[in-house]
Amino acid sequence: MRSDGTISIWFFIGVSLLVNGVLIFGAGLYQISHPPAVKVVLYDLHASVWWGGVLAIIGLLYCIRYNPNRA
Amino acid sequence: MMNLSLAMFAGDRLVRLAPVDLVIVVFYFVLVLAIGFYLKGRSNTGEDFFLAGREMTAWIAGLSFLSANLGALELMGWAAASYQYGILAAHWYWIGAIPAMLFLGLVMMPFYYISKTHSVPGYLKLRFGEASRALSAISFAFMTVLMSGINMYAMALVMKVVLGWDINFSIWISSVTVAVYVTLGGLRSAIFNEVLQFILIWAGALLIPILGLIEAGGWKALQLKVAQNASVEYTHLWSTLGSFKDNPMGIHWTGIVFGLGFVISFAYWTTDFLVVQRVLAAKDLRAAKMAPIIGAAFKMFVPFIVILPGLLGLAVLPMKLTGEAAAVASGGHSYNEVLPLMLARYCGPGLLGLGITALIAGFMSGMAGNVSAFSTVWTYDIYKALIKKKATDAHYVLMGRWSTILGVLISIGTAYLVMQFLSIMDYVQALFSFFVAPLFGTVILGMLWKRATAAGGFWGLLAGTVSSVGMWAWVKFDPTALRYVALSSDAKDMAENMYRGLWSWIICVVVTVAVSMVTKPKPESELVGLVYGATEIPTEAQVPLYHKPAFWAVVVAIVFIALNVMFW
Repeated sequence: MRSDGTISIWFFIGVSLLVNGVLIFGAGLYQISHPPAVKVVLYDLHASVWWGGVLAIIGLLYCIRYNPNRA
Repeated sequence: MMNLSLAMFAGDRLVRLAPVDLVIVVFYFVLVLAIGFYLKGRSNTGEDFFLAGREMTAWIAGLSFLSANLGALELMGWAAASYQYGILAAHWYWIGAIPAMLFLGLVMMPFYYISKTHSVPGYLKLRFGEASRALSAISFAFMTVLMSGINMYAMALVMKVVLGWDINFSIWISSVTVAVYVTLGGLRSAIFNEVLQFILIWAGALLIPILGLIEAGGWKALQLKVAQNASVEYTHLWSTLGSFKDNPMGIHWTGIVFGLGFVISFAYWTTDFLVVQRVLAAKDLRAAKMAPIIGAAFKMFVPFIVILPGLLGLAVLPMKLTGEAAAVASGGHSYNEVLPLMLARYCGPGLLGLGITALIAGFMSGMAGNVSAFSTVWTYDIYKALIKKKATDAHYVLMGRWSTILGVLISIGTAYLVMQFLSIMDYVQALFSFFVAPLFGTVILGMLWKRATAAGGFWGLLAGTVSSVGMWAWVKFDPTALRYVALSSDAKDMAENMYRGLWSWIICVVVTVAVSMVTKPKPESELVGLVYGATEIPTEAQVPLYHKPAFWAVVVAIVFIALNVMFW
């Protein structure tokens, strides 16, 4: 999908995962520093932190790999 | 620690979004619109607008093929079905999809692709003539926009129950967004967004089964809890299907194997233009053959994010979910809410926004699939074929854009109609099933049997459709007829659908064969590129084994068999 200069769909997906991952990771860290009064089940696993981190890393890798400015 | 799963039931909504959740949802809308505007300049010709330039890789076509089917109704509906019926619901993802998808890739795709048709009704025109195309195109266009409207209303209802959003707001914001990005970028924009939506669905929904299994204590512990809270049959796929009475779905294995696994599944996955259109956009024949196989590989694992959460709901939710009517009467929660309930159980701020985005993405991918398929069939198979036969390519592209907007507007109208007359939803969903099973009979005979004639194809399709409507009406007005249509008076709605599909397919095939035998067939020279035996399929002898679609189809088939044995 890049042979004619079109930005790859995988780049858009990378942007989406990166932005969502950073937001979720940040929300998870905020929850650790300010624990909510009402907690989700398995709160102690801090799923937001590691899941957000995983999404952000995958998103970043896709953004780099499919960066439209890359030769 | 106060448990959120109890606290969240306060008030008139299931969950309350934090600012970060709203940012994630808004970002999603911005991104899909940005993709539509970005691709606006690349949809100027008919080939670009309606077939995405036929330049999609196997991966993109395959994921889009699956995503167009993976609407949020599908996600929430089958999670609800697994809470209600147990793991039997997984049949709709395994035997009810995988063999048909592999068959599409290996056997049928070469004919669709080599014939250079732009649609399934277009193939019928080439093979059986204008009458068959008109019948198929009009029924498809009509039902597609109706289904789109029903899905839209269902989405708005979910957003009202889960988030407390106004129904009008949900309907208009989602449909205008879909209308903008499909009208601007055509099928390419729909496909790009479907792949994005597919990834978001997995990113948003995958945590539920992971955390659910941790809470339940693993699969074995989950089975024990489900056996305690429901029944031991809920975690067995095949061993309870020996009798209609032995399983929660009231279905016999013949209904699953022949009705679902053969007729309904093959009909949907191989002839419903909503999904087939995505594969027609592939860049070459190998990509077109690989796309459904890639789709099948991912489809096998969708039960992990759909069926498993339903079973987990049976094991870990503190309350008992019921049918819609009972839930309304008691103020409790219905089966349909199991997925949002599980989402709210494990997902805090941020994750909740991603989960809700996954649901919205699911609804929008399904709707975009419907309107882009409608636009193509309307423009090529109705407008061009019956109304304005000679016009420029630019004229048809313009018509495609307008018909996209028209399709969305009709869908919105249907959504409001359903709101006024809820029973329409049941009728239209049944109506949709009338056309699919006979169409498969017509297409498969057309592709595999040179002797099938134009008259045979038309009358077979008509007879199959009319008989399907007739059987449905028969049971509606005389419920005792169920023992004839579905072979048992214990059969439930789903079982009835399976057997009705099977009978209508058989009637279509018998009538097609009978009429063909007494009418004159086309000369073989006119069947080149359309029928098995009259078409030279390019060989892949020089390609390495791991590049051959057949090799990957065998791999998928082995995993498919293993999964069925594991959960027997």
